[in-house]
Amino acid sequence: MSEQLIIQLLVSGLGMGFIFALIAIGLTLIYGVMGVVNFAHGEFIMLGMYATYLAYMTWGVDPVLSLPFVAALMFCFGLAVYYLLIRRVLHGSMQSQIFATFGLMVFLQAGAQFVMGADYFAVRNSWLSGVVKLGGVVLPVPQIAAVAGASLATVLLYLLVFRTSVGRQLRAASQDAQAAETLGINVSLMYAFAWGLGAACVGVAASLLANFYYIFPRVGAVFVLLAYVAVALGGFGSIHGALLAGVLIGLMQVVIGFFVSSELKYVPVYLLYLAVVLLRPRGLFGRS
Amino acid sequence: MLPLVGRQAFAAEPVKVGALYPLSGQVAKSGEDTLNGIRLAVDIINKKYPDLKMPLAADEGLPGLGGAPIELIAADHQGSPETGAAEAERLIVQRKVAALVGAFHSSVAATSSQVAERLQTPYVSGESEASPLTERGYRWFFRTTPSSRTQARDFFTFLRDINKTHNNSVKTIAVVHESTLWGQEFAKSVDGYFGEFAEFKKSIVVGYQQGTADVTSEVQKLIAAKPDAVFHASYDAEAILFARTYKQYGFNPQGILAIGASFGSNAFRDALGPDANYFFVREHWSRDLADRNPLVGQVAKMYRDRYGKDMDGTPARAFTAMMVLADAINRAKSTDHEKIREALAATDIKGDALIMPWEGVTFDKTGQNILTRGIFVQTLEGTPKMVWPADFAVAKLVWPRPAWR
Repeated sequence: MSEQLIIQLLVSGLGMGFIFALIAIGLTLIYGVMGVVNFAHGEFIMLGMYATYLAYMTWGVDPVLSLPFVAALMFCFGLAVYYLLIRRVLHGSMQSQIFATFGLMVFLQAGAQFVMGADYFAVRNSWLSGVVKLGGVVLPVPQIAAVAGASLATVLLYLLVFRTSVGRQLRAASQDAQAAETLGINVSLMYAFAWGLGAACVGVAASLLANFYYIFPRVGAVFVLLAYVAVALGGFGSIHGALLAGVLIGLMQVVIGFFVSSELKYVPVYLLYLAVVLLRPRGLFGRS
Repeated sequence: MLPLVGRQAFAAEPVKVGALYPLSGQVAKSGEDTLNGIRLAVDIINKKYPDLKMPLAADEGLPGLGGAPIELIAADHQGSPETGAAEAERLIVQRKVAALVGAFHSSVAATSSQVAERLQTPYVSGESEASPLTERGYRWFFRTTPSSRTQARDFFTFLRDINKTHNNSVKTIAVVHESTLWGQEFAKSVDGYFGEFAEFKKSIVVGYQQGTADVTSEVQKLIAAKPDAVFHASYDAEAILFARTYKQYGFNPQGILAIGASFGSNAFRDALGPDANYFFVREHWSRDLADRNPLVGQVAKMYRDRYGKDMDGTPARAFTAMMVLADAINRAKSTDHEKIREALAATDIKGDALIMPWEGVTFDKTGQNILTRGIFVQTLEGTPKMVWPADFAVAKLVWPRPAWR
């Protein structure tokens, strides 16, 4: 067992882990602020990837350049979803909230298949392709970019939520909507903002993924299930919990896939999830 | 006078044939394409196509039954084994079909052929590949397509050929497979041939879950095992992911050979560009066959003109199954089930009367066609080219793979 191999596995695990984390952070942000689970989260990834792909195919814009635009576009999409759909079911029963986002998932998936077809697409020769060789260790550029891009996005989000006035209002709305309203905070605007931010996180993840992953109408399902697990592991609503859990999952699947069995590489991840749900339901980092 | 002649030509009662295919649900598109292969065969049989040099094309209908046309009755089994069985029963009991064709899914062929066996009705499958289908000792089930096990054997004969011209350079073989029934069956079939082909050693078997987010650990295992050749059973999506990851880590065995069209599909070639070159795919059919047999080009063109799509291996095989069944009914000169079964068992069609690269069609005791042949196609300069067997090759194969660029 060479050190190079270990380093390679770790970098690849970190790359995937940061992407899982970014998706999970978007999910946990929306849940944390307003208690709604977004079942269409995977389809947000799919939309972001198609946007990246179309920008590349139509105008030849490299995913690196389109990333901020995709994030902004997804932010607007998040706002639209909130104002057109979520706001209307916010005070309804939990079932209607579940059905609303679940219905959105089905709609987006079928819509994508209708418009783009069921075929697989992929961005070819993006700037972030190829490898860096460091003393015998082969590090794929897309994965290094995933680590860098996702951690940068996480830091920015963290600063926004915990160091700015908007972030304070967001947290206030999440802790006690009524009290926040009394203090003059526009809670509905904060909710919309949470949806926008959540979708923008996914936009960044999707843009990074599009550098090396194939794109098709159901691509979201590949990543979102692990993101749900990351959210539950990290504790619902906890941003740093989702970050750490996402990275943990990324590392686990690579290490277990190599040393144990690639067919069973997600089994320990789900076992850990079950154990946490049973023994520590608030998650590893969640508030009780 | 003339109208009377016309009426006489159609005087014979049509022969009903039931076709069981998935026409709605997950694989509706493939089911429809496959049924179109059957439809084209029925049309060629029922109408006059003197230009086509194949049996039953020149006349209207089946000459053995006084020119009786074939009436195709399609039934949708939705990919469900239960629905398939129920539809088979309905077609046999209520519609009184002379024989059945189907069923795309092996799982549906298994249940529907069970019904046909009970009701003593001939059943010809042109594209259901699972090996056990012809290992059940059935009397009424016939299969023209090679089973998945026979296909696995082609991979070894191919490598044996390569070794003859390349200094025995291939010694170890790794298998990469997805973990549903199809991939597992393939891996199991490959495993069974290491005895017969003792010059090869099994290197490593890597199974993976369909829809995996990342295949780094799988590829690292392969790199550590250093196989000379890799056999792949993957669907389109993972084929793209694996090929990209191979390139990323510079994994470059002498050859990568795939079952199923994924490593040569349009999506694969679009996604990978020049990196899609040099992968081998074991195919049933290729348009390049038209160079050897003009019939292939004629039928492929008719298919394209009618259905607006290029023919591929599955419709081509369904087409062939229907022609084989019609040939048997014609020789039986009857719609009696037992007579058709006897005629099917005595089938002896030569390769040049088929659009397949086979030596012909003759069934063994289990009902399996023993004259099938596989071909290998290699993507060269962006186009899949038939490269094996040597007497079929339209391009020279590239072995070993050049280094990734």
